[in-house]
Amino acid sequence: MFSLLRPTIVVFLALSLVTGVAYPLLVTGVAQLIFPRQANGSLIEANGRVVGSDLIGQQFDDAKYFWPRPSATSPAYNAAASTGSNLGPTNPAQLDAVRTRTDAVRKANPTQHGPVPVDLVTASGSGLDPHISPAAALYQVDRVARARGVDAHRVRELVTQHIEGRTFGVLGEPRVNVLRLNLALDSLK
Amino acid sequence: MTSNAWMQLILYFAVLGLLAKPLGWYMARVYLGQPCCGMERVFGWLERSIYRVANIDERHEMGWRQYAVAVLLFNAVGFFAVYALLRLQGMLPLNPQQFAACTPDLAFNTAASFATNTNWQSYAGETTLSYLSQMLGLTVQNFVSAASGMAVLVALIRGLTRRTTATIGNFWFDLVRSTLYILLPLSIVVALLLVSQGVIQNFRPYATVNVLQPTVASDGTKGETQTLALGPAASQIAIKQLGTNGGGFFNVNSAHPFENPTPISNFVELLSILLIAAALCYTFGVMVGDTRQGWALLAAMYVIIVPLTVFTAWQEQNGVPAYTALSVDQTAHVDQPGGNMEGKETRFGIVNSALWASATTAASNGSVNAMHDSFTPLGGLVPMWLIQLGEIVFGGVGSGLYGMLMFVIVAVFIAGLMVGRTPEYLGKKIEAYEMKMASLVILIPPLVVLVGTAIAVIGPGLDYAAGNEIKSNLNNPGAHGFSEVLYAFSSAGNNNGSAFAGLTTNEPFNNLALGLAMLAARYWLMIPTLAIAGSLARKKFTPPSAGTLPTHRPLFVAMVVGTILLVGALTFVPALALGPIVEHLQMIAAS
Repeated sequence: MFSLLRPTIVVFLALSLVTGVAYPLLVTGVAQLIFPRQANGSLIEANGRVVGSDLIGQQFDDAKYFWPRPSATSPAYNAAASTGSNLGPTNPAQLDAVRTRTDAVRKANPTQHGPVPVDLVTASGSGLDPHISPAAALYQVDRVARARGVDAHRVRELVTQHIEGRTFGVLGEPRVNVLRLNLALDSLK
Repeated sequence: MTSNAWMQLILYFAVLGLLAKPLGWYMARVYLGQPCCGMERVFGWLERSIYRVANIDERHEMGWRQYAVAVLLFNAVGFFAVYALLRLQGMLPLNPQQFAACTPDLAFNTAASFATNTNWQSYAGETTLSYLSQMLGLTVQNFVSAASGMAVLVALIRGLTRRTTATIGNFWFDLVRSTLYILLPLSIVVALLLVSQGVIQNFRPYATVNVLQPTVASDGTKGETQTLALGPAASQIAIKQLGTNGGGFFNVNSAHPFENPTPISNFVELLSILLIAAALCYTFGVMVGDTRQGWALLAAMYVIIVPLTVFTAWQEQNGVPAYTALSVDQTAHVDQPGGNMEGKETRFGIVNSALWASATTAASNGSVNAMHDSFTPLGGLVPMWLIQLGEIVFGGVGSGLYGMLMFVIVAVFIAGLMVGRTPEYLGKKIEAYEMKMASLVILIPPLVVLVGTAIAVIGPGLDYAAGNEIKSNLNNPGAHGFSEVLYAFSSAGNNNGSAFAGLTTNEPFNNLALGLAMLAARYWLMIPTLAIAGSLARKKFTPPSAGTLPTHRPLFVAMVVGTILLVGALTFVPALALGPIVEHLQMIAAS
């Protein structure tokens, strides 16, 4: 037992230094050298100031912007405290939430008569989902075009340009980055 | 399910199967002390200096008792180190957000969680832990707890292959080599791949950005800025996936876009969950001198996980009938994945969320890329049941395969009873002592899970912490609430670490009860496993005869799968009936 003490402590300290200090520092060093933008949060600059990150969604509720998915963080899209709703599918609170959101989305988009795309009325896992499905973006085109006084055609075209397909045609799901799309809207003349 | 869903599933399981052989071959060389593809030129000096300073003779052979004491002592030191770090983090450096010390119960729970390779998250990464705690506490344990599991597996394999000896190897040799030659190089590669996709890796304080559209909340507070949590995430995420740890850098784990930003990062992280556990099957085959034995075990794992994965994906794709009734479109078509999207991320959709849920619970990983609490009832039953099977279908690195070998021993025993012969496995007679120990390994987790759940739900009023009952910790009423508690104890009692996260666990009762469950499930299984290793090593080799049951044929694979499913079903179906199954019937009835 006592003969095991020295190996235990030395091995623990040595492996702590290797895996807890040297390893993260090495990865940080290489990452900052090769992928500085990604390693620091993929920040977006517009007009000389940082307006967000490619990867983190933002809250939009103005009619002239595309809206993101509902967020369970407090306040919405709080990137310092991520969380999902963790509400189950038979929870009355969840059904109420979906009903309220569906009503609000339908009211805001009166030209749409079909059912609402599911991602537009369900909260994402992180509360920070930067994307919506192409269906959810197309659903909002008429509203955004009207609020901006732009031809719906041009807005639809912008959405189409912003659809990211599956990686290699296989992995993941088609999606639209809401912040990128809204930034492009603002620069639409 | 769409044709793309099938393609993504097939691609994943095919790539995993293809990587098992090369990595498994390499790991066998690591444990047999053979040249490791030049890796010893990079880390050999480090390995030798550790042995020298620690006064270790790595050729010194240990008996099973000494091996067990070394494992326990080493894990105990790790446990106390994490506890101390969390309690002192307020006055330690690398704490840009100035987080205070963790409470004693949270520090206990988190230390137990990481020492046991469970990585249950009672903490919320970005709001409770400093960068130093994440690195020096959690990342270190991610490595060494995984390496401890791999070491015990290797000791058991030596027990199976050696004849009439009292020793099963040297723990320090197995531990240090697992860490330096396997986990560390793989982690460096995976971490850099993840950074290339956008996973963050820096030491900056949280960034504040000006949002494009300022908002006004319902209570009148203005939102003009957004604070982005940052930190050295990629290095921790790589090892938390590879080492079947699962404890996230952020609260929502790999659902967080900084932790898992793209379909490629998702594929890499998914692959990392099962990679080492799958490859160890091949390592096992090499070390016992018959790779068919390893393939048979891997086949048994595939036979269980593949149909369950497809079932979950199908359930989630079907969605929630009540949403459709509210005029919500859950169909899959070219513009959307559809399905039950609550708690899921758009970039992953249904199939990647379902695949992750079954991979992370088949392995004792426990990381998540979608919130299991919001899954459909039967979609959520699968991950819970995969945990309850004992974390042996892949399971934790090392621990999964040694748990699987316990089921193999039981299967061999049952088969032996059927034909009236003394059961043997790989030339070793399986006798009463091995059966007793294997039964302990199989029965302790269900005991912890079911008794723990029972105490939590009926307990003596449970007026721990300010007169709370378990009910006030639940996020969902009814059957789903019961599922939250059952899932929590299943997860802790099998060292998984994922959660139906609606349950409030960061309070004294849950922190303590779940912490004890994790410790019991890890070490009460390791000790009997090592005892079997010691007992098998002492036995003679019995050459196979005409009456020996071949253990690499489909018939035997079916026997093992049958044993696992039978034990898992008989033990847990009553409890599952009260949770997800009732909830499913309610959901159907309401529509």
